[in-house]
Amino acid sequence: MWLQMTATRCWRRLEFRRLLSVQFKVTVTLLSLSTGGTGGFTDHMVFAFQVPQSPTWTIEPDTSTQDCHVSAEVIDHLERLALVDFRNQDGVQRLERAIQFASQLHNVNTEGVEPLSSVLEDRALYLRSDTVTTGNCTELLLGNANTVVEEYFVAPPGNIPLPPQKDNIYLSSKSEDL
Amino acid sequence: MLGISLREAAAAFRLGQLTPTELCRKCLAFIRETSFLNAYITVTEDVALKQAAEADLRFDQGKPLGVLDGIPFAIKDNFSTKNIETTCASQMLKGYIPPYNATVVQRLLDQGAVLMGKTNLDEFAMGSGSTDSIFGPVKNPWSYSKQFREKRKACCPDSNESSDWVITGGSSGGSAASVSAGTCYVALGSDTGGSTRNPACHCGIVGLKPTYGLVSRHGLIPLVNSMDVPGILARCVDDAATVLGVIAGHDPQDATTIQDHILPFTLPDVIDLSKLCVGIPKEYHAPGLSSEILSIWTKAADMMEKAGAKVVEVSMPHTRYSIVCYHVLCTAEVASNMARFDGLEYGHRADIKDSTEAMYSATRRGGFNDVVRGRILSGNFFLLKQNYEKYFLKAQKVRRLIADDFVNAFKSGVDILLTPTTLGDAAPYLDFIQEDNRTRSAQEDVFTQCANMAGVPAITVPAGLSSRGLPLGLQFIGQAFCEQQLLSVAKWFEKQTNFCPLVLHKTHDNGHIDKRQSKSAFSL
Repeated sequence: MWLQMTATRCWRRLEFRRLLSVQFKVTVTLLSLSTGGTGGFTDHMVFAFQVPQSPTWTIEPDTSTQDCHVSAEVIDHLERLALVDFRNQDGVQRLERAIQFASQLHNVNTEGVEPLSSVLEDRALYLRSDTVTTGNCTELLLGNANTVVEEYFVAPPGNIPLPPQKDNIYLSSKSEDL
Repeated sequence: MLGISLREAAAAFRLGQLTPTELCRKCLAFIRETSFLNAYITVTEDVALKQAAEADLRFDQGKPLGVLDGIPFAIKDNFSTKNIETTCASQMLKGYIPPYNATVVQRLLDQGAVLMGKTNLDEFAMGSGSTDSIFGPVKNPWSYSKQFREKRKACCPDSNESSDWVITGGSSGGSAASVSAGTCYVALGSDTGGSTRNPACHCGIVGLKPTYGLVSRHGLIPLVNSMDVPGILARCVDDAATVLGVIAGHDPQDATTIQDHILPFTLPDVIDLSKLCVGIPKEYHAPGLSSEILSIWTKAADMMEKAGAKVVEVSMPHTRYSIVCYHVLCTAEVASNMARFDGLEYGHRADIKDSTEAMYSATRRGGFNDVVRGRILSGNFFLLKQNYEKYFLKAQKVRRLIADDFVNAFKSGVDILLTPTTLGDAAPYLDFIQEDNRTRSAQEDVFTQCANMAGVPAITVPAGLSSRGLPLGLQFIGQAFCEQQLLSVAKWFEKQTNFCPLVLHKTHDNGHIDKRQSKSAFSL
């Protein structure tokens, strides 16, 4: 009777799948009892069900259809944007593996789903009034800079783009591949 | 004395059985003794002794500032500390002295807590082993435990003790090692994808990631702004609750902290589970889960059901894609956040005078390690105009599906989720470094980053020892801003497990660690 009530409650409150699990649990319990199972064993059988005893998914095989090759132009572009270099062929391969890993996302159906950029999207966040609250710390801030003149940070001449890379090992080996 | 809980130490101060200076000196001596763990980057001995002396005075006058007055704590070296070097374990910030304190640091100091030092981490908190630091890897104190050494001796008698040690997990490995070894009572870490819970789990301590928006990020050098949360590493759940009560709450300096009034809470000693519904997300049995973790996970579910809780299986179908989604969002935000390091205003600067861009480029080449550069480049790739929708927006959409999985689970009547924290126990260092950082992070963070994606609170609690004699932990995930319930259940579980404490085993090189008991409150 109690089991039936529980099952009904579950039916009302939860999905069909969970009802099935309750039924399964009942069956296992009864089975264990009827075969004279010990308390511990019965418990184990019952509770083992709550935690699935084998993996519920498998690691996706490499999506070899996905072309993760990065062209020499893109590599050059990225280095200029990021102002860091790949250093060597390993660095390029690392990016290609990262893209391949990310490509698993394309197996998810996201039709009609809005992007989520903040988990606090449903709250009004704090806006302080537009007044000066700190200041007078010029010396303190300049103290961490490597090169200063009077009250200024010093930068080398601007508006000069990075020179094109000449003897770039991984780029040249890449172009040989092509 | 070093083994007692935070609350016991506070009580001993009040009764005059112990003074903050005595405790501080003991911790400093023990930090020196365990320096081979490489847990600290900077030990702030002078600051600590000065603070402890001030605390002495307050106790003499019978006017302590609060429950944390005189308590030794440590801070991960990616939180800004005024006048104390803050490096992020990177060449880029070596020598950087912040002009201000992070809000969480300030709040602890305002309560009289005594800062012992800044702890080691993976460079810019990017990693899951605490192996990628310019100051060298952190060693797990359990590598020197009686439990581990005895088992090790039994299985491979000729193992070389100096190279045979296991990782702490990461990226807050220094914080975890410092609390686990007993050199401080509590430490702060940061948690972007599991960086607090992962090392806490591998080091046999409690690790709490609060709800996103509950604790201020001001002064935490950002990794992924939409997921970063300061985390708490403590010896027991009660200690974590105490510290949370001090650091939580709105901060005008961080617009993403919520403005609701947060009241500190204490956890009841008797916890009734009869009205609790515990969900077991079936997708958390991922490929590669160790049989030992599966067994303690099963046992824990069993135990909770016996105690009257309703335990149900739930499905969170997008869990498997969470780590992939995390990878894209993390690298994208990293690409943006790391743009600030150009050598002009602070930190490392290359000696190049040809042009600003050439100087930037050389600075960043010399300042960042391979992992950081790799993430910056991947992030920039995902953000390219032609890839923005295909990867970045796609990942943000998948993030909503993952967050909705949590919403749906909690809507179905589940109060709390019970999951593993990691796939297995801590890996030996020499094995761990065989794979690259991204692969390791994908394995290590598989169960932890989902909570960051959804912004919900999660805590790891020690649950037992593996056959190798290393700690295993389980994770509880709660609903947003329901820390009190989450911590109550965690405390209940902690009481049941009777986790055996770390007992440091033997002399290491020139150290004198010998049968020193780091008795933790787990056994109380």
